[in-house]
Amino acid sequence: MAKITMGAVGERDAVLCFKAIGMQVIPTETAEETTRALFTLTRQGVRVIFITENAARAAAEAMERYQGDPQVAIITIPGSTGAQGYAMSRVKANVEKAIGADILFGNNESQKEG
Amino acid sequence: MAATLRVNPTRMELTRIKRRLVTARRGHKLLKDKRDEMVRQFILLIRENHRLRLEVEAELTTALRNFAMARAVTEPELMEEALLCPARSIDVDMGIRSVLSVRVPTLKTDEGDQQTTLSYGLAETSAQLDGAIESLAGLLPKMIHLAEVEKTCDLLADEIEKTRRRVNALEYVMIPQFQDTIRFITMKLDENERGSLTRLMKVKAMIQERAEIG
Repeated sequence: MAKITMGAVGERDAVLCFKAIGMQVIPTETAEETTRALFTLTRQGVRVIFITENAARAAAEAMERYQGDPQVAIITIPGSTGAQGYAMSRVKANVEKAIGADILFGNNESQKEG
Repeated sequence: MAATLRVNPTRMELTRIKRRLVTARRGHKLLKDKRDEMVRQFILLIRENHRLRLEVEAELTTALRNFAMARAVTEPELMEEALLCPARSIDVDMGIRSVLSVRVPTLKTDEGDQQTTLSYGLAETSAQLDGAIESLAGLLPKMIHLAEVEKTCDLLADEIEKTRRRVNALEYVMIPQFQDTIRFITMKLDENERGSLTRLMKVKAMIQERAEIG
């Protein structure tokens, strides 16, 4: 067990408040800035990084890089405009990858739609 | 039908391939069991992940909306100044555990350390900000748990996909290949045996014929 620090990356409006609870925050606007922020934070030893949906969508490639690394967790959170379903789609993609079809949550949605 | 391996049809090869078939079958069974258990654990975790995500997204959206309101009524410079130096630090321990030989992180937060001391003077900031930060601080253990569960699901999903490919490769490619090769070698050896037997019979008949003439 090792003490770790946490960080947040994304739009200024959404991530600034995380500073108040002791996270390392880097506000970003473009995909390049987000990618750079992710690399900077991980290089500084930040192991859990919360990233807003918009930033995550823009910097998907950088996130892909840390996907298989058990030491770094990059977690998508809703931005200031609320959840847009990107993070949930990643959860569903995981189900599809592991099981082959979205058998767990697919039914609920179709029921809702119906 | 799977293609046979390019090997010499000898008894030695036959023994070697039979041994490889036994190993492949045992590996296939083990990997299949591993895959089934991983899928079982994955389903439990992904359900929790789904539930946690719904909760965190709902609560975080509310907290961020409160924060946006607080920003709207506070001067931007004052806001920056208020948040510049956090009074609170997060105590999180990270470890690694193994789920069926998949290394996944464990995150442990110190539950006792729930001080929600605000780092700024109350004179120039709004009450909404206090509320937003309080609710965010309350949400933090859940977010940390979500991080742990979601990362575990990510890693497990990757490993399940890999294991499934291995199982399928063994089941549909390697094992049929070995079986076909074994059949090919057995038939070839039988054929050779029959050939030599016929030759012997022929030679014997020729010798007998020659003896009768002589």
